[in-house]
Amino acid sequence: MITKKDLEHIGWLARLELSEEDIEKYTPKLNSVLDYFGELDKADTEGVEPSYHVLPMNNVFREDIPTGSLSQEEVLSNAPKSQDGFIKAPRMM
Amino acid sequence: MVSVNELREKIQADSSGEIVAKYLESIEKNRLNAFITSARETALSQAKEIDAKGHAGPLAGIPVAIKDNISTKGIRTTCASKILTGYIPPFDAHVIEKLKNAGAIIIGKTNMDEFAMGSSTETSFYGPTLNPWDTTRVPGGSSGGSAAAVSGGEAPLSLGSDTGGSVRCPASFCGVVGLKPTYGVISRYGLISYANSLEQIGPFAASVRDVATLFDVIAGHDPRDSTSVDRKVNYSSALIDDVKGLRIGVPEEYFGEGTDKNVENSVRDSINTLEELGAASVDVKMPHTKYALSAYYIIAMSEASSNLARFDGMRYGLRTEDSDWHTTFSQVRAAGFGDEVKRRILLGTYALSAGYHDKYYLKALKIRTLIKQDFERAFKDVDVLIAPTMPYPAFRIGEKIDDPISLYLADVDTVPINLAGVPSISLPCGFSGGLPVGMQVIGKHFDEAAILRTAFAFEENTDFHKRQPEGA
Repeated sequence: MITKKDLEHIGWLARLELSEEDIEKYTPKLNSVLDYFGELDKADTEGVEPSYHVLPMNNVFREDIPTGSLSQEEVLSNAPKSQDGFIKAPRMM
Repeated sequence: MVSVNELREKIQADSSGEIVAKYLESIEKNRLNAFITSARETALSQAKEIDAKGHAGPLAGIPVAIKDNISTKGIRTTCASKILTGYIPPFDAHVIEKLKNAGAIIIGKTNMDEFAMGSSTETSFYGPTLNPWDTTRVPGGSSGGSAAAVSGGEAPLSLGSDTGGSVRCPASFCGVVGLKPTYGVISRYGLISYANSLEQIGPFAASVRDVATLFDVIAGHDPRDSTSVDRKVNYSSALIDDVKGLRIGVPEEYFGEGTDKNVENSVRDSINTLEELGAASVDVKMPHTKYALSAYYIIAMSEASSNLARFDGMRYGLRTEDSDWHTTFSQVRAAGFGDEVKRRILLGTYALSAGYHDKYYLKALKIRTLIKQDFERAFKDVDVLIAPTMPYPAFRIGEKIDDPISLYLADVDTVPINLAGVPSISLPCGFSGGLPVGMQVIGKHFDEAAILRTAFAFEENTDFHKRQPEGA
C-alpha cells in the first residue's frame, strides 16, 4: 500500500514533481495496480533463478579502437541551452 | 492495399516519385491521425534520386512508414511525447540505415502511445489514432499508427516496436500482419528504449510475404547493439505453402476467461483449416501464463524508470524555466511526460527501491524464468503454438483509458512471448461484428521460418487478409 507521503518520496527519487492534485489522482490508481501485482506472492519461486535476459548472452567485447562519433555541432544541435560549445545545465544549488 | 510486387511494377511503369506523392497526399489528409510527421521533402527528394539513378535494392522506391520512437536523421522524432518537443535526431537507427540501403523511402513517422506505453494509441500527446475499420474504435497499440497506416492505405509497409505486444496488438485490431522477431534478431540501435530486455522492432504489411520481405531487409547483426545476434537467414525462402506434418500446440491458458467467443471460434476454426492442410494439433499446458501479466508490467516499468531518466531537458527536448539542478529536472519531467508514463515511472521506481526490490522486481524475474520454461517444455513436442493475439476485437476510444488494470489485461496473450523472447506473428483469421480478429503463431527462439511458413500457408488458403476497410 502506497501512502500519499510514499508517493511524494517516490516522485523525488524519480525526479518527477507531483502536484497535490497528481498525488490525489495517482495514489488510488497505483495502489490498484500494486494490489494486482500482489498475486505474484502466490507463485512458488523457491530455488528459481531470475532471468535478466532471455538469451544466454555474455559480455560483448571489441578491440579498443576509436570509431567515429557525432560532431560537437551535431551534439549541441538539440540542446535547448548551450554556450561556448557546452551544454548549459541549471545551477547545482 | 497494394503489395510490394505490385508497387515494384508501378514504379517501373510510372515512377517512385508519383507513388510517393500519392501516399503523402493521403497521409496529409490525416483521416486517421496515423502519422505525427509527414516526411514530404526528404521522401520526394529520395524518390527523385532513385527515379533518376535507379536502385537495385529490394525496396527501391517503395515507401515505408516508421514508428515515431525509431530515430530518423533529420526527421523529428517525438515518441508521441511533449518531452521530445523539437528533437531532430542527428543519426539514423540501424533499421533506417538498412532501409535506405535497400532503396526504401521513409515517408513519415507514425503515431503511437507515448513512449510505447499503452495498447490503444490513446496516450499520444498528438491525440489518438483511429481504427480504419471503425473510427470510433482504437487501432490497438502501442504501434497503432503503423498498423492503421497499412490497413487504411496510407503506407504499404511500416515498422513498429513490440515490448509486450505493441506490434501484434495493433496488427490484430487493424487486420494486418505484424511480426515480433526473436529478441536480438533486429538491432535496437536508434530505437528509443522503453524496456530494453523485452523490446524488438517489427515489420507490418498487408501480407505475410511482404512482412518477410521487409524483415529480410531490417534483420541482421549490428555491433552497436550488444544484444544483437549474428545470424544470416533468408526469411522469404521460408514461405512455402505446405504444413504437412507440422505440429501445432494449442495453449488452453490463452483461451481463458474474458476471451470473446467469436475470437475463440475464429482461432479454433483456423487451427482446423491448418489441420485440413496436413498439420496436427495437440493441447499444451503453460501453467505459469497467469503470472505473466504482473511479471511483465513489473519488469517493463522498472526498466522504463531507468531508461526514461535520460529525459531531463539538458541535451534535447523540452526545457522549462531554470531553477536549481534537481528542481529543474523534476519540473521538466513533470511538464513533459503524460499521465501513463508518469504512473509507470513511479511504479518502476517503487519496484526497484530499497525494501521492495526483492518483493517485486526479483520476483518478476524469477517468474520470467518459469514462463520461459513453459515455452521450452511446450516446444519439445510441437513446432509452433497458435493462440488469439488479443482476447477481443478493437474496443472503443475512451472505453478503458481511465482504468489502467482493464487496459493492461488486454495484453494477457501477448506479454508472455516477450518475457520468453520467442518470435510471434499476428495475422488476420476472422471477423467479429465487422472487426478483424488476429491469431498469433508463436515459434521457438530463432525459428521465424516455422511461423512464417505456417502463416503463409494459412494466408494462401484463406481470404481474411483480402478484406479491406472502407476508405482504404
